[in-house]
Amino acid sequence: MTEYVSFTTAGQLFGLPIECVQDVFTLGNLTPVPLAGRDIAGVLNLRGRIVTVIDLANRLQLDAGTDAGAQMVIGIERGSESFGFLVDRVGEVLSLADDDREPTPINLDSTLNVVATGLFRLDDKLLVALDPDRTLDLPNSRRSRSKDVTI
Amino acid sequence: MDELLREFLTETTESLDHVDAQLVRFEREPNNRQVLSGIFRLVHTIKGTCGFLGLPRLEALTHAAETLMGKFRDGMPVTGEAVSLVLAAIDRIKAILDGLEQLQREPPGDDADLIDRLTRAAARRQSASCESRSEQSDGEIHDAAGLRNLAESNDTAGSIASQSIRVNIDTLDQLMTIVSELVLTRNQLLEVLRRHDESEFNVPLQRLSNVTTQVQQEVMKTRMQPIGNAWQKLPRVVRDLSTELGKEIGLEMDGADTELDRQVLELVKDPLTHLVRNCADHGIESADERSAAGKPRRGTIRLGASRQGGYVVIEIADDGRGLDTARIQAKALEAGLVSEADIAAKSELQINDLIFAPGFSTASQVTSISGRGVGMDVVRSNIERIGGMVDVKSRLGHGTSFVIKIPLTLAIVAALIVEIAGQRFAFPQLSVLELVRLGTEHRIERIKAAAVLRLRHQLLPLVEVKKTLQLGAGDDANGFVVVTQAGNQTFGAVVDNVFHTEEIVIKPVSSKLRHIEIYSGMTILGDGSVIMVVDPNVLAQSLGEVAAPRSEAVNDTVEPEPSSAQDAVSLLVFRAGSERLKAVPLPRVSRIEEIDCPAIEVADGQYIVKYRDELMPLLGFNLQARIEKQGPQPVLVFTEQGRSIGLIIDEIVDIAEEKLDVEVLGDRPGILGYALLKGGITEILDVGFFLQRGGLLGRAA
Repeated sequence: MTEYVSFTTAGQLFGLPIECVQDVFTLGNLTPVPLAGRDIAGVLNLRGRIVTVIDLANRLQLDAGTDAGAQMVIGIERGSESFGFLVDRVGEVLSLADDDREPTPINLDSTLNVVATGLFRLDDKLLVALDPDRTLDLPNSRRSRSKDVTI
Repeated sequence: MDELLREFLTETTESLDHVDAQLVRFEREPNNRQVLSGIFRLVHTIKGTCGFLGLPRLEALTHAAETLMGKFRDGMPVTGEAVSLVLAAIDRIKAILDGLEQLQREPPGDDADLIDRLTRAAARRQSASCESRSEQSDGEIHDAAGLRNLAESNDTAGSIASQSIRVNIDTLDQLMTIVSELVLTRNQLLEVLRRHDESEFNVPLQRLSNVTTQVQQEVMKTRMQPIGNAWQKLPRVVRDLSTELGKEIGLEMDGADTELDRQVLELVKDPLTHLVRNCADHGIESADERSAAGKPRRGTIRLGASRQGGYVVIEIADDGRGLDTARIQAKALEAGLVSEADIAAKSELQINDLIFAPGFSTASQVTSISGRGVGMDVVRSNIERIGGMVDVKSRLGHGTSFVIKIPLTLAIVAALIVEIAGQRFAFPQLSVLELVRLGTEHRIERIKAAAVLRLRHQLLPLVEVKKTLQLGAGDDANGFVVVTQAGNQTFGAVVDNVFHTEEIVIKPVSSKLRHIEIYSGMTILGDGSVIMVVDPNVLAQSLGEVAAPRSEAVNDTVEPEPSSAQDAVSLLVFRAGSERLKAVPLPRVSRIEEIDCPAIEVADGQYIVKYRDELMPLLGFNLQARIEKQGPQPVLVFTEQGRSIGLIIDEIVDIAEEKLDVEVLGDRPGILGYALLKGGITEILDVGFFLQRGGLLGRAA
């Protein structure tokens, strides 16, 4: 059995293994970073640590995008750095049997295919299990306002 | 690693660095017994410990060196050759110690050659002058006395040692990080407190704040080391260089007890050594050259350090030949670092600054010391990486001096907090020269896309940070200009608002944002919010290849400008093509003619007129419209190498005597740049460009 923190973003249900989730918190005092890609929501201070908040829907190039009012952040530590995934809603922690994990369908888009470790068929929905490292390592998305700098 | 061995290594390495400096002093003052016994004692200690730890190779070598030193102590004359030999022995000892550290045992190898030379040098004296036995025994008495001294000094050393303990550097670094966090938290608390007028926390928080400041100061003190530690190797370096280069060079050091953070010290060590090498190699002339120039045969390199506020200023100066601006210019052109047009617009200071450009070297011969074209750019980038700056000043024939300004500590720096489009950003305080409020007195002016500000008779190129950060269009009427220095470039950064200066702890930029070069770090402010630290060097790059003068403020303190009379240039001011004034240096104009339009002919798309029995190409602005006019047209004639071209203009306005202070903005062909003439912005035309265009035609015809 593996425990997953379930969450929804852009209408899709995802899960992250609970051992990689440091904390879940409400977004507050976020500083946007000009010139950063649209997948970077900004940076914030969480108890003295600087957290780089990643807009997950944009990073995974989900069409629906994040709700304008998305407020929940899932905190992840890697090395000496702190990251946060900005998502629409955080659900409950689900215990799912490893045997039930199914491979991702062949027609899944390439980005999701890279970051997903598998699928779970829940009663009413499909849950995509994510690998946090691969999600962080996705190449940066293009700049939001991609015009070149001219003075 | 064996605790004993580790202890031995740390202690010996430290003392060896010390010995290097002592030995050079010893060579100059061979009769200084104190110096000699210091060196002797160290070599003796190493020898003793080696026997104890079972290190035969080191023991044999130190024994031979000790014997020779013993002879010196007994009054054998000290020769430069002998000192070189002892230095070679010390070097070998260092090499063995390095091997010992890596392998945890003595590296294999044979020192017979060195030991042989040491023994022979020691024996030479005995065979050269067979002294009486009495002196021999006298020497032994000395030895005994030496040992007694040794015992005594060991006692004192012991009592000093018990006053201090060795602490692992990692522990200190960790402590510094934690204190930085403490300072941040304190700042946050004070910020909260500021919002509550009356609070029971007031008094205890003030106290906490004071204690925090004290802790910060004390922890910083533990990491402080005198800059002399970074200089220890330099006397040896200079000595070896003077031997190798056959020059006479002395080294003077001043302010060696100036303290700075050990992390900064480590990082500044290599650039300093490089600069000293450079002075010795490029700066100081040979003794003959020097006496021919009426200077003392012995050249001097001066090192000076002093503390100025939160910074340490280090100056490395030589009394050598100074920078040869013409040669730097030629080399820079040859290496393709700049174009002819760029050079023409640069001041001497800016040309000298090219020595810091990557790939620059004026050494005509590549020596083992310098001249490989790596170096000065690395020096500058290393110093800028730790938030410092390096400048060069030079007087031809009198010497060169490098001035380095570095922060006392890396962890906490002062930053100016500014607002752009409702967001706050931090500018490193070191690079901020002054602040200018935009308004009726100071306003942004534009030449095409280039924004400039008139500041005390200078044109300051502006970076509109709001646009650079793609946060929308700027508001020209309001806001502030942060006059900023990056390298040798002064520019104004336009921001919406300026708050205060705050001590910030700079944290590295998140790995997901590191590709955005404009940020050099992030920090948490007193109110708990995170802001980005802007790198002025990258902002300056967004100006493009724009050369600007150094700020007046800097010039004033560095060296007063020479009186303008000698630099004044006569300019012919005229209008052509547009309302904006244009000007060319009057000496470049060979004649001012009037030419009748019907005399102008068109050949191959070029306008030609018969002028003094020759065909002269004509250039101008909106030529077609011009020549359709009737009547005589004013034409400026430029001549070079017997060939003339004419430039048709609208009208001559004036002749101005002005100090030509051209600012290059953009790279419009034919325009050197802009200057302030009688308060108005005037385009200075590039005569060379027009001659070239005319020249092409001349060849074709």
